Amino acid sequence: MGDRRTTGEKIFAVFNTIFLVILAVVFILPVWHVAMSSISDPDVLQANSQLALKPLGEATLGGFKFVLDNPNILRAYGNTVIYVAGATLFAMAITILAAYGLSRKDLFFRKPLLFLLTFTMIFSGGLIPTYMIVRNLNLIDTMWALIIPGTVSVYNIIVMRTSFAAIPDALTEAAKIDGAGHLRILFQIVLPVSKAVLAVIVLFYAIKNWNAWFNASIYLQRRRDLFPLQLTLREIILQTSNNSIVSENSDPTAIDRFRPLVKYCTIMISIIPMLVIYPFVQKYFVSGVMIGSIKG
Amino acid sequence: MPTATAAKPKTIQTAKAADELKARKELEKKDRNRLIRRDLKQNYAVYLMLLPVIAYFIIFHYLPMGGIAMAFQDFSFRLGFLGSPFVGFKHFLAFFNSIYFFRLLKNTLLLSMYGLLISFPVPIILALLLNEVRNQRFKKTVQTISYLPYFISVVVVVGILQDFTKSQGLLTQLSVLLGGDGGNLLGKPEAFRALFIGSNVWQHIGYSSIIYISALSGIDQELYEAAKIDGAGRWKQTLHVTLPGLMPTIVILFIMRLGEVMTLDYEKVLLMYGPSTYQTADIIQTYVYRIGLQNGDYSYATAVGLFNSLINFIVIFIANKISQKVGETSLW
Repeated sequence: MGDRRTTGEKIFAVFNTIFLVILAVVFILPVWHVAMSSISDPDVLQANSQLALKPLGEATLGGFKFVLDNPNILRAYGNTVIYVAGATLFAMAITILAAYGLSRKDLFFRKPLLFLLTFTMIFSGGLIPTYMIVRNLNLIDTMWALIIPGTVSVYNIIVMRTSFAAIPDALTEAAKIDGAGHLRILFQIVLPVSKAVLAVIVLFYAIKNWNAWFNASIYLQRRRDLFPLQLTLREIILQTSNNSIVSENSDPTAIDRFRPLVKYCTIMISIIPMLVIYPFVQKYFVSGVMIGSIKG
Repeated sequence: MPTATAAKPKTIQTAKAADELKARKELEKKDRNRLIRRDLKQNYAVYLMLLPVIAYFIIFHYLPMGGIAMAFQDFSFRLGFLGSPFVGFKHFLAFFNSIYFFRLLKNTLLLSMYGLLISFPVPIILALLLNEVRNQRFKKTVQTISYLPYFISVVVVVGILQDFTKSQGLLTQLSVLLGGDGGNLLGKPEAFRALFIGSNVWQHIGYSSIIYISALSGIDQELYEAAKIDGAGRWKQTLHVTLPGLMPTIVILFIMRLGEVMTLDYEKVLLMYGPSTYQTADIIQTYVYRIGLQNGDYSYATAVGLFNSLINFIVIFIANKISQKVGETSLW
């Protein structure tokens, strides 16, 4: 094939390859910088804020030890795991129920119900009224505030509905004749044949909740012990506050010395799960995007 | 036929027609009622399953819409939703007359427009470039790497951005080459939009290109063969086969993007901005956050938020009208 190309095309191919390699470096570089900084010598790091292509000074895992010994960061990590599990479970339950109901073609009120959901995609009460509802429901300063409000996505419901609607009627009709109710049809027929879309939507929800910080910042006001990792990270990164890394057994001089290192190490422990899973799950993401692009 | 019916005596015909219409309507109503009854009998289990869904959306989406009433009140917690005094359009007028109104509107619109102009075409270009790569392993590797930033949280992205914009940071050093003074870039109002949109592109380009890449792989290979036989080189093929093949996807995604042009990622703005960059960085939604949740001026903030929601709604409505005309597809 290659010999049939014109000189111009060959030159283009070379430049294209070079450009894409540079682009790949640009995608990785920021994460690489954080990774290398996280194993740098704390004293060198403090005096230096340049790009870290390799560990600055002697490589050390001291920062990670400091972070993993820190009860505040560990607790935030645990909270995040609870929020991700809880919010994903809750959102999946609502999403599956909605998708199943709205995929029934014989449902008389299907259209108005679908409108009830999709209208919320184009108009909302806004930040303050939503906050007021959450407050009136007494969810402020509880873990539920990060599990229930704002976790269900209409987009995901539509993606799943499209996928459910594509299941051949013959499958569900046969079950109906055998006397199966809707709940049984859902659990024994629809869900088992929809594993791919379920995996995709679980991923969408889990990643969204792992990375979320804003709702926590407005709904958790007096309960620092309920902070998710992202909110603790925000304090460490952006507000340069010591609140998150101080604990009763820590020594203040060590904190000042370790602060820049703690930032990088905390970022690393927050993104390592993502870095580990993403090469394996990215193909599901691709299929999720594709299902979403087919209009049901 | 129409002339024949017109020749008949008019009054009798209309009376008859009205009777028929009435009868049919009654029948339809009966049919409808029967249909609904049958539906409820047959599908009550489905409706029961939908009940939590409906409850969720009413509580967390429609009740807040009702809460918009606060925008027309002087809301206070002491008096509550029902007891707070009604003040009409006071808060809206105050916002329109405020010194911040034009700055907020301008910042919101500019950030949206620049975002659309830059973030929209970039994934298409990436997909086209990847499409030209012949080595499939290299292509797959670059693609996989390009998704990486999508998995990183916005808090971390802004944290890294902060590093890169310090006076010794990489981006600051690059800006010096372009004539910058080498100061902290994140604190400069003139750099805000570029940093915001640039980091958005970095984070979303790979993910957004997925849909174009698969549209490209769906183009009929025979078209390329035919073009080759006609003597078209790679560039001509791109122009006459690839781009036309990609066009329907581009049009649909553009219209969808138009629909969310006003929904800026204000959470990211909140992480990035500061008093020194309010001049270009403060947008309507961050203003709502500050005056509402930080200053506790709930009613005024709700009014400002409603203004933003309404503009957004109008833009989506127009985008949908355009899409019905152009793409024969509708957003809803």
